[in-house]
Amino acid sequence: MSTLSDVFAAAKAESRAALIGYLPAGFPTIEGSKDHLRSMVESGCDLVEVGLPFSDPVMDGPTIQAAAEQALSAGFRVRDLFDVVAAVSDAGGRAVVMTYWNPVLRYGVDAFARDLAAAGGLGIITPDLVPDEAEDWMAASEAHGLDRTFLVAPSSTEERIAMTARASSGFLYATAVMGVTGARDVVSSAAPALVARVREHTTLPIGVGLGVRSGAQAAEIAGFADGVIVGSAFVSAAGESDAAVRALAADLAKGVRSAPATV
Amino acid sequence: MGQFTPTPHDPDARGHFGPWGGRFVPEALIAAVDELATEYDKARLDPEFVNEFKRLLRDFAGRPSLLTEAPKFAEHAGTRVWLKREDLNHTGSHKINNVLGQALLTKRMGKQRVIAETGAGQHGVATATACALLGLDCVVYMGEVDTERQALNVARMRLLGAEVIPVKSGSRTLKDAINDALRDWVANVDETHYLLGTAAGPHPFPLMVRDFHRVIGIEAREQILEKAGRLPDAVVACVGGGSNAIGIFHGFIDDADVRLVGVEPGGSGLDSGSHGATLTAGTPGSLHGAMSYVMQDDDGQITEAHSISAGLDYPGVGPEHSHLKDIGRAEYFPVTDAEAMEAFALLSRTEGIIPAIESSHALAGALKLGPSLGPDGLLVVNLSGRGDKDMDTAVKYFGLADGGQA
Repeated sequence: MSTLSDVFAAAKAESRAALIGYLPAGFPTIEGSKDHLRSMVESGCDLVEVGLPFSDPVMDGPTIQAAAEQALSAGFRVRDLFDVVAAVSDAGGRAVVMTYWNPVLRYGVDAFARDLAAAGGLGIITPDLVPDEAEDWMAASEAHGLDRTFLVAPSSTEERIAMTARASSGFLYATAVMGVTGARDVVSSAAPALVARVREHTTLPIGVGLGVRSGAQAAEIAGFADGVIVGSAFVSAAGESDAAVRALAADLAKGVRSAPATV
Repeated sequence: MGQFTPTPHDPDARGHFGPWGGRFVPEALIAAVDELATEYDKARLDPEFVNEFKRLLRDFAGRPSLLTEAPKFAEHAGTRVWLKREDLNHTGSHKINNVLGQALLTKRMGKQRVIAETGAGQHGVATATACALLGLDCVVYMGEVDTERQALNVARMRLLGAEVIPVKSGSRTLKDAINDALRDWVANVDETHYLLGTAAGPHPFPLMVRDFHRVIGIEAREQILEKAGRLPDAVVACVGGGSNAIGIFHGFIDDADVRLVGVEPGGSGLDSGSHGATLTAGTPGSLHGAMSYVMQDDDGQITEAHSISAGLDYPGVGPEHSHLKDIGRAEYFPVTDAEAMEAFALLSRTEGIIPAIESSHALAGALKLGPSLGPDGLLVVNLSGRGDKDMDTAVKYFGLADGGQA
């Protein structure tokens, strides 16, 4: 079975960073999200993050908030998430889920892990769950063979970076800016410094996200990180057309190939 | 016992009250809540901080607040009733206790900018007031729906120098105002303190906000012993997020014979699904940074609360209340909008005190509890705020503008 380490190892073997694209399940519709995610995979995303729409997304900016609202008001249910993940896996793509923690708690942490693994998902990114509160998730992820991606931020102390890295598997998510999700014009200057700090504590691959939207920005980040994570820009593209999604993925895929990998 | 003395009821070092509380926040905010917890731990033991806080409560907020007997209201309750008069504080509610404490802490941390959320506007007005007093920049997030319902409070905040930002996302009410305040905090955390208005959120907020409001219970206990010569049979308070309730409860928490009673907003009735009775009808979940009871659907999506009282219109509750419910130390039940409005009118007419609709829930709770205690029973009701802000609602509810009578 393919794992997240394989995804990053394969990219590294090509001397490049991995491209990771995000889209909420159920946006613009359940079938539409499956189509777009498959297109992202076909057009160069090494990994996709399937978002679980949540009523109170405190880490997200307006673009992803609006997409989540649209999915929920169209009747999206948590069980649909596994269906979308399975569609990616069945098409030969690799998927992780990105979700706020309350829907997982409500579903049951172990049941969620079980059903995600059954759908072929590789792990969960948890933006509002820190390792300090993750006892149940540690156990469930071990039991079902899923990877745990926790986040580190520019404000994280050395001690917390070390602790978070120890608790993570697959890859670590470094938030490039202090702020919520959303495409930005300039890559944060805090990102390279954060990645350098994280490397002092771990050999895990490091993905950098928040604010990336163009091939040029992807190339810049690929110069110091192992993975380039793009979210809001894909959501905007999915709001336009599948062709826009494919074009964006291709541009970003070119970007991660135009910079030499760091390690 | 001092207001800031650590108690056996304090959470563990990571903010857990039993299985409740903790920190369910993005890593980006952990440094800020750690800094806050460390600073609060120092401040609560620092006589200079404690004395300055007490001075502001006395000389600015007007404490101690009175304890007033309500004999004519009590005739309807069938038992003796005393009111803890938080409505007489400056800015008209208990909220000022917490904002003065946190504003002082903001200065102590060397931060210049304060953000806050507000529903009805009481916490926003109190925060804007404390910021004006202490020379801090103030930004208040308020759901767009609430800015329309509470235009006068928006004007008060602006007069006090605060910037009011209408929140247009989600249900455009209190929970969305908290979401946007959290988003602002993540982006501006270096220079900004998030002055949360209730005893909820990530550690240390539930502990810290509770402590700033413990003055209510400490005063009430001394006053009732002096005036009635004994402890009450029960202390009654309304619970939205639960800050006024936890403040008065803590004055009596070690008095095993004093029942602690929280009254929740029952809206149109629990069966209607249109209510905010989180402890009565909610399920465990994490919202706005802590594990507690929350109102959610089967998928863990947070549902909207409904109450005639904007201040109780919240689908979560402070984690210590979830703990007190589970261990059986406190009891919680809902009253409907109609019962609260009846109590609102009754206190106004019988005692000459117009209560906040929030506090009217506690009064309605007292009317329900009273008969079981009998004429020798004794209730202390936390009158957490005054009703001036609620006149628009009252005018509509009772048809007062058309010659109606409450």
